[in-house]
Amino acid sequence: MSPRRANAPGRVDRSRSIRFSFDGKIYTGHPGDTLASALMTNGVTLFGRSFKYHRPRGVMTAGVDEPNALVTLIRGEIREPNLPTTLVEIYEGLEAVSQNRFPSLSFDVGAVNQLGGKLLGAGFYYKTFMGPVIGPLKGTRFWMFCEHFIRRAAGLGRAGTAKDTARYERMNAFCDVLVVGSGPAGLKAAREAAGDGGRVILLEMDSLLGGSARWSGGRIEGAEAAHWVDETVSGLRELPNVRTLTRTTAWGYYDGNTIAATERVADHKRDAAKGEPRQRHWVVRAKKVVLATGAFERPIVFPGNDRPGVMLASAAARYANDFGVLPGERIAVFANNDSAYANAALLRDAGATIVAIVDVRAAISDEARRLASQCGGDLLTGHAVVATEGGKGLTGFKVQKFDAATNSLSGDARVISADLLAVSGGWSPAIHLASQAGAGKAEWDATLQAFLPPKPAQDWTAVGTAAGDFSGGHGLDIAPAPVFEIKAAGKAFVDLQHDVTADDVRLAHREGFISVEHLKRYTTLGMATDQGKTSNVPGLAIMAEALGKPIPEVGTTRFRAPFSPVSIGAIGAERIGDLRPDRLTPMHDWHVEQGAKMYPAGLWHRPAIYGAPGETVEQAYIRETKATRSAAGIVDVSTLGKIMVQGPDAAEFLDRVYTNLFSTLPVNKARYGLMLREDGIAYDDGTTWRLAEHDFLMTTTTANAGKVMQNLEYFLDVYWPELKVTLTSVTDEWAGASIAGPRAREILAACVTGTAVDTETLPFMGIVRGEVAGVPVMICRLSFSGELAYEVYSGAGHGQQVWDALIEAGQPFGMVPYGLEALGTMRIEKGHVTGAEIDGRTTARDLYLDWMLSKKKPFIGAAMMDREGLVDENRIRLVGLVSLDGRPLNGGAHLVEHNDPAALRDSIGHITAVCFSPSLGKYIGLALVKGGKKRHGTRAYVSDPLRGRFGPVEIVSHHMFDPEGKRMHG
Amino acid sequence: MLITCPYCGPRDVIEFTYQGDANRTRPDPASTDQAAWNVYTYDRVNTLGDHAEYWQHSGGCRSHLKLVRSTLTHAISSTAFVRDHGEKKSASRRKPGAAT
Repeated sequence: MSPRRANAPGRVDRSRSIRFSFDGKIYTGHPGDTLASALMTNGVTLFGRSFKYHRPRGVMTAGVDEPNALVTLIRGEIREPNLPTTLVEIYEGLEAVSQNRFPSLSFDVGAVNQLGGKLLGAGFYYKTFMGPVIGPLKGTRFWMFCEHFIRRAAGLGRAGTAKDTARYERMNAFCDVLVVGSGPAGLKAAREAAGDGGRVILLEMDSLLGGSARWSGGRIEGAEAAHWVDETVSGLRELPNVRTLTRTTAWGYYDGNTIAATERVADHKRDAAKGEPRQRHWVVRAKKVVLATGAFERPIVFPGNDRPGVMLASAAARYANDFGVLPGERIAVFANNDSAYANAALLRDAGATIVAIVDVRAAISDEARRLASQCGGDLLTGHAVVATEGGKGLTGFKVQKFDAATNSLSGDARVISADLLAVSGGWSPAIHLASQAGAGKAEWDATLQAFLPPKPAQDWTAVGTAAGDFSGGHGLDIAPAPVFEIKAAGKAFVDLQHDVTADDVRLAHREGFISVEHLKRYTTLGMATDQGKTSNVPGLAIMAEALGKPIPEVGTTRFRAPFSPVSIGAIGAERIGDLRPDRLTPMHDWHVEQGAKMYPAGLWHRPAIYGAPGETVEQAYIRETKATRSAAGIVDVSTLGKIMVQGPDAAEFLDRVYTNLFSTLPVNKARYGLMLREDGIAYDDGTTWRLAEHDFLMTTTTANAGKVMQNLEYFLDVYWPELKVTLTSVTDEWAGASIAGPRAREILAACVTGTAVDTETLPFMGIVRGEVAGVPVMICRLSFSGELAYEVYSGAGHGQQVWDALIEAGQPFGMVPYGLEALGTMRIEKGHVTGAEIDGRTTARDLYLDWMLSKKKPFIGAAMMDREGLVDENRIRLVGLVSLDGRPLNGGAHLVEHNDPAALRDSIGHITAVCFSPSLGKYIGLALVKGGKKRHGTRAYVSDPLRGRFGPVEIVSHHMFDPEGKRMHG
Repeated sequence: MLITCPYCGPRDVIEFTYQGDANRTRPDPASTDQAAWNVYTYDRVNTLGDHAEYWQHSGGCRSHLKLVRSTLTHAISSTAFVRDHGEKKSASRRKPGAAT
């Protein structure tokens, strides 16, 4: 394999070498090479096997539009599949492997699929594998048999399974003008915007600024194009208000003129520099965006157009002049427009021989004719390529006479020998970003035979070839003849990456998929990683012809982000892992020191149990519960949501929010309150303390604190602006400890100063202020456990100090700390509801909280809760359960009327909470069952096939322990 | 999407919480007309174009704003406090960049 070097090295630095491997073989390239150009220099023509038919494929383009030459890069354990070799810059030690071949690239078993072309047409999988089994080789069961083999044979690269260890970064940036693309149009736009003094950001996908002007010759503003680029770029680099980003692909256009872009910071290096991320995700908000995104050359669809050695003319010229490698030595050109003649001349200047130029047009411009004669070789106007020859590389092709007006072939085929066929089927402006931020559809330009950007829906303008202005190039009229396909025998590919042929498009049409969206889905045209950059317009043209309609009437699909594949890691950037904050109460460290097993409750961490050595969870909560019910227990309640409701209208506000009255609540008293949603469903509960005439402290459940606050603010701002009320979240300002149990009063009396705590001074639901360990505290006598209980609140900063004093005071009385498990056990015994019962489906009546529904005033949800379906007595309603087989119950298990594990019956409800009740000596639970109270004293059965738990339970009142409340009122 | 809070200035949409359709009318709180409550609670017009809606600057000043946003383009044509804050959030106290 002799190096096929062009006369000039272009961007490639031939003085230094880089070693890399492709499919295990070591090759040498140079700085500036892409994997495509380096392999081409080494004589490699075969890069991969195709998606469906496993046909040999080579390099077709020189950029982001590459459909064929995809590889998987391997870095240690990390595999990154489906990277176009045309974009991968080589580095020392780069390891690439080809894709979709078995056992090797040159000998591929799957290539036998080529023989079955008719079988594997559009819709093959649906037709073969979906639906009922008719015959032996059809239907879903057949699919299940074949799936393993098909999954192995089809598709592109294989994703890795190793964790991505690379680091990614996110940057937010702002500017007055963002220019996407640094070709001549982009450079001019950046220069102009910079001159106006605004902040300018210029994004370029390539590693170098300047686009094709760096290598395509011609003159710009009187200077040689390459020289003009150098001057303009160095001028921009000197300006402090211009930031240029290379290797940066703008891929998404979002609201508020926001552009998403990915900068490949270290992908081209073996090792990232210290502190350097692999990629950087840019979110740029620009006042104005200039889209100088250029244009993509289109192929022509003809039989054998996928053979390695068939390449876009502009790509061939770029390899020769920008990368210093001749993609072929004996090159032929096949075109429907004049631009190919300029590229042919560039190839010849770089050292290639032009053997022939085939043009579908009968007549061409004088300038084209001049360039053709300069190139030498045959000029075959009014001809078309009808077949290609060769194996892993092109050896020749066949031409026939062609009439562009009727799209018909005539005469005998003639063979021309060549190792590269440079094709040009016209140019499509890169309108992807414009389309994302466009009002309406892309506009068809009949002269260019291409879609132009739609009208802007945001503040952008398109310039240069992206806007369809090709005047700045080589001065040739690039308007093509409207020839997209040469119809002759053999597979002619439209979408090379997904192996969609022209016949597949026509098949889709015959089967009724006539809208462009349906065509796309049925044939998967344009749905591969290249998103149809080369296949979009040819596919539409073939569909339009089948429909007998002009192309603009067939229309095009709107382009969506991303423009080219983006690493998910880059978008996530630093935001990986568990990003939730931890909320810790002031007494957190104490709990941990005491051996508490912490349990997440939303963002909070709360003790589940304080396990003694060797204790199980059940043993621990039973011990804690028993100690609390017989002596005393203390629990950290700092996590409860706390909202200060203050102002002259605070009481009125609470009356509107809660179902029960708060305006009648005396100062220094608390009341249990229930809130509904607007639709009448129960929402949240808690106690609210009246600290002064206009001063209430509302508590909410731990889980709903944020939502309740937001809901209250909404009503105040939107519906009741006349109320003079201020809401302040004070959850984090207060530390709370609840002491419960028959000895609770004695413990308080032992440590509280400045107030008495006897029944007279501190009755049930009363509030007093005093001091504990010299710290001011607020004490409210209220109970969740059903015991005589007090909540002691102090400033959060003093929480631990107060807690220590309470623990010390409780010592002589046998007080224990208890966790969520014991808290839950005591509330289940009492039948108090929590989020498991207030589950967004239950009403106050379902929970037997009717007594809280005031008839004296309207409140949120007052009218809606009376809807017919919500007052039905047979809704699932709250009951207690006792396990009759002495085994634990499971939360979430269903209840049925008849015990029959073999035949599952209709559910009459489900279990919401379970525990072992130390007070009753039984496994108990709470449940929501149809009819609720009506079933008290009856038997039902747990039916939990998932966990294999079946067995009898008795339905009882949910007030299972101390139903009269003697203990807490005592 | 950027929302210009009249108090805090232009901020990214992630700082805001959508608080619902602003085209509906809440019935008189004392009303027991379930049909009217039903319309208020459930019925929504799926507007194509400009849509009035409430947003709370939950990651900022916590004010509720009434926006008119195009459901086609996300363009926001009007932004105002839902509640009249009088002198409390007067122009002199507003942050730089906030609309006047």
